Amino acid sequence: MGLSLEGYTGIARSLLEKAGAKVGDYIRIRRSDGREFKGVLMPRYSISSRPIIVVKLDNGYNVGVRVDESTVVEVIKTKEALLEEARQGAPAVIPLLEEAPSGERKPRVVILGTGGTIASRIEYETGAVKPAFSARDILDAVPEVGFIADIEADVIMNILSENMRPDLWEKIVDAVAKRISEGADGVVIAHGTDTMAYTAAALSFALRGLPVPVALVGAQRSSDRPSSDAAFNLISAVLVAAKAPFAEVTVVMHGTISDTYALAHRGTKVRKMHTSRRDAFQSINSRPLAKIYPFEKRIELLRQALRRRGEQELEVSNGFEKKVALIKYYPGMDPEIIDFLVDRGYRGIVIEGTGLGHVGEQLIDSLQRAYENEVVVVMTSQTLFGRINMNVYITGRKLLSVGVVPGEDMLPETAFVKLSWILAHTDSFEEARRLVRENLAGEIEYRHTIDLYPRWPH
Amino acid sequence: MIEQKIDPSKYDPRELGLKVGLEIHQQLDTRHKLFCGCPTELIHEEQGHEIDEFIRQLRPTRSELGEVDIAALFEWRKGRLYHYHAPRESTCLVEADEEPPHELNREALIIGLAVALALKASPVDEVYVMRKIVIDGSNTTGFQRTAIIALGGEIELPSGKVVGIQTIAIEEDAARKIREQGKYTHYMLDRLGVPLIEISTAPDIETPEEAYETALTIGQLLRLTKRVKRGIGTIRQDLNVSIRGGVKTEIKGVQRLDLLPKIVLYEAIRQKRLLEIRDELVRRGVREEDVLGQEIVDVTTVFEKTRSKIIRKALRSGGKVLAVKLPGFAKLLGAEVQPGRRFGTELADYARFWGGVGGLFHTDELPNYGISEEEVNKLYSVLGARKEVDAIVIVADRETNARKALRAVLERAAYALKGVPKETRAAKEDGTTRFMRPQPGSARMYPETDIPPIEVTEELLSEARKLVPPKPQEKIKVLVEKYGLSTELAKQIIRDVRLDLFEELAEKYGSEVSPSYIASIFTNILRSLSREGVNVENIHDYHIEELVDAIAKGRLPKDAVPDVLSYIAKNPEKHVADAIKELGITVVDREAIEKMIEEIIASMIDEVKEKGLRAMNKVMGRAMAQLRGRVDGRVVADIVRRKIEEVIGEKQ
Repeated sequence: MGLSLEGYTGIARSLLEKAGAKVGDYIRIRRSDGREFKGVLMPRYSISSRPIIVVKLDNGYNVGVRVDESTVVEVIKTKEALLEEARQGAPAVIPLLEEAPSGERKPRVVILGTGGTIASRIEYETGAVKPAFSARDILDAVPEVGFIADIEADVIMNILSENMRPDLWEKIVDAVAKRISEGADGVVIAHGTDTMAYTAAALSFALRGLPVPVALVGAQRSSDRPSSDAAFNLISAVLVAAKAPFAEVTVVMHGTISDTYALAHRGTKVRKMHTSRRDAFQSINSRPLAKIYPFEKRIELLRQALRRRGEQELEVSNGFEKKVALIKYYPGMDPEIIDFLVDRGYRGIVIEGTGLGHVGEQLIDSLQRAYENEVVVVMTSQTLFGRINMNVYITGRKLLSVGVVPGEDMLPETAFVKLSWILAHTDSFEEARRLVRENLAGEIEYRHTIDLYPRWPH
Repeated sequence: MIEQKIDPSKYDPRELGLKVGLEIHQQLDTRHKLFCGCPTELIHEEQGHEIDEFIRQLRPTRSELGEVDIAALFEWRKGRLYHYHAPRESTCLVEADEEPPHELNREALIIGLAVALALKASPVDEVYVMRKIVIDGSNTTGFQRTAIIALGGEIELPSGKVVGIQTIAIEEDAARKIREQGKYTHYMLDRLGVPLIEISTAPDIETPEEAYETALTIGQLLRLTKRVKRGIGTIRQDLNVSIRGGVKTEIKGVQRLDLLPKIVLYEAIRQKRLLEIRDELVRRGVREEDVLGQEIVDVTTVFEKTRSKIIRKALRSGGKVLAVKLPGFAKLLGAEVQPGRRFGTELADYARFWGGVGGLFHTDELPNYGISEEEVNKLYSVLGARKEVDAIVIVADRETNARKALRAVLERAAYALKGVPKETRAAKEDGTTRFMRPQPGSARMYPETDIPPIEVTEELLSEARKLVPPKPQEKIKVLVEKYGLSTELAKQIIRDVRLDLFEELAEKYGSEVSPSYIASIFTNILRSLSREGVNVENIHDYHIEELVDAIAKGRLPKDAVPDVLSYIAKNPEKHVADAIKELGITVVDREAIEKMIEEIIASMIDEVKEKGLRAMNKVMGRAMAQLRGRVDGRVVADIVRRKIEEVIGEKQ
């Protein structure tokens, strides 16, 4: 039976097995109290083991029905028979847009899927969301992109964003590089939002020379909902990939909670700043590259780009060191944590320190030892906003004296990705320390104007 | 031949085989909304609140079988945008669809279960929240969250008739539409997420009056829980109406209960008339394929010099005039299906919905609207149509729209040979209804995966049992025994929406103002004022409390009460104290009254001494001649009695 009785255990499961029922079948439940329920058997998502069978009634509602040994379950119609009937009764599929894009050649944009569902559809018997990721599926779901670009699509992996890893960044870098070398005019990467900023930074460092834009995009509301931000963001990202005059790695997501414009953020300065809002992604200590108006198909540049489209040849330096850690300092932190990393052969540690870049003095000896063991230690700040300056207070000066490298205004996550990339490309401790301080992919901003700090409500 | 006009009084709903089911939606009075911690009170726009705004689009989603909601699709294609207004005091990220919903409000579930128990319905064992796709912008998510909490049940009407209950659901209320402005529809989000209970009856209702009685009886039961909101818009009814040979038609948005019987009757008549039109078409030998096979013809040249403003305007902006013949339809388009609503109006609704056009003209109403007889004659000849036999429909608009509109007209006209199409209709103020959209399929319900299912435990049920409202008969008995109301008055007051306020006031002021009098403010005074055209909706609960308080303190004579209430209805921002002042209701001080009565008694002392308390009426008469409208008669009577007794006592 396996998946066909998803979630059912105990009495409920044995009743269903006895009846030969599977999820999606139309069943009747007769209870000893005389009540009778008819509906489509639904999977049971609840973790509890209560003896309950979930059915979708004829009016579309799901209800849970308590059962016991004396309950009788029968299958009235199988899932296959139901689907066949529905198919016969279904009206012809109406396309979302009546007009079709013209046949003229448009920019070639490749959409790479890494997981999640930028486009999806719902299986209506069970409510399960199924990813739709062929170019055809995307054009059906978001036909607007077909007016902007000739779309190709490929699923390169299918993982939850929280399961992203440096070796998968490498895989994405290779896939992007391959598509660009094959002539794509821009690449869009659909990515879960939780770790999207890390992947954006990874691509920024690994794609040393980049002739076209690369846009990472995701959704904060799943694409099976009418209010999803997926289509809005996808259209914006395709616009950036197809039309943007800059050749940078960007994250393209809602600019505000309105469906008005999206922002293209530089991949090394962007951070997910909210658990759930559409405009969760913001540029920190920096300004986004452009505003994107997807309905008007317009890109409004907000700043100078690192490089223009077509200015550079593709140059890839792939590879990320796995023995790098990102740790957050907290009051009373035990120095053994540093010792452990050093003893385990870690080559780099990024610390999220306090304020201007401090940790408690109890860590000084362990950091000294890390230095002696040629472990690169980079200091960033928990405040996120502002620049590291370890000259102001005594502790900062002590940390500098034991070889801690100040991470300028880099986001801790970006510093972590950067150090991983650097250590995969040099064996020299000193060279690595020097590269950390060098602005490799727009990750450091040397001027912070007053307005770069958001105003909070009060 | 079919009559052009209809007389609603000639239709007997029972004979037509009328069947009505009701869906009653009532806001619950909970501390928080259904899926977040926001309060359930609406804001008053004029009071200047902090309001955040944002703009969204909603995309139609497809079911696994590829179906899309056609109404939603059209709105989206037109570039419809929704402009939301989110008052900080009553909305949060959940209403803005910027945060997943919190767990279902337990308080709302308990109230719902209490109502379910009162309706003898069986609670489900586990409650599943569903997403019902609604893409008119009234839900920021594009769906309404709703959950069935009980199945089955019944309600007994005062007539003894029993109407079955099919389902009881708890759901979130939608946002309030505030205006439309070009492609923007504006919504206020304060109401979004307020818990509603939805009670759906079986189609057991057989007359318009029964529909009204059922709504009234269910409304009363809900109010007796004392946990529901009241006031405009807190209770709404949807209807499902069919007649023998017709189909179940959904009617949305009945806000005024008193309109309900009329809407039901008019819908029954509409279905009957559509069946008559079908029979007439069959008699005339018209066939579906004849209608569907008609060609849509460009007749722009006919109207090159037209005096019709509408057509000229369409032509000036690059449009065309297209026409189509409806063979054998003469005199049918002009035939009423509801008072003031012709079959042609039904066709126009379809043209508007499917073609996005402003409307249409048909030959049953022409020449008119600036279209000349000559133009009409040309139309007949261009289309090869026969006068008195065929009808012609024309639409002036952008060609693609006009073509879609006429295609829809042909399909609707062809359906006339089948009978009544399945539609969702919107109720109008005059009791008629208009086509809103085709009925959505059952495929628009999906599980709300962000909310875990809730087991209906014995603990929840025992909480619910505490809230089960008393039966009306029990409540009447309580009112009679506790407050000394007559049975008749008790029966009236329990049907009043302000029953809870009555009880509150009777409890607080009952020793000074008789509860029967307080009840009569609701059942008598406010109702007669309303009949006289006074806008009693403006009178707030606190006004009535101030009023009773003034009576209790002797500051307001009862016979001035209607004047005070009328004044408040006109000036709702004022208080009762203001009304008393403005209306010049002077407060006579007690000592002055006593002195005056002493003087009256002195002036007729012999008579008083002789007749004793039998002289009371005469004394009262003289006193009231001076005091009427300024002091309560009962107060005067008390003083007169005491003073007379003093005089008689002196004698003894």
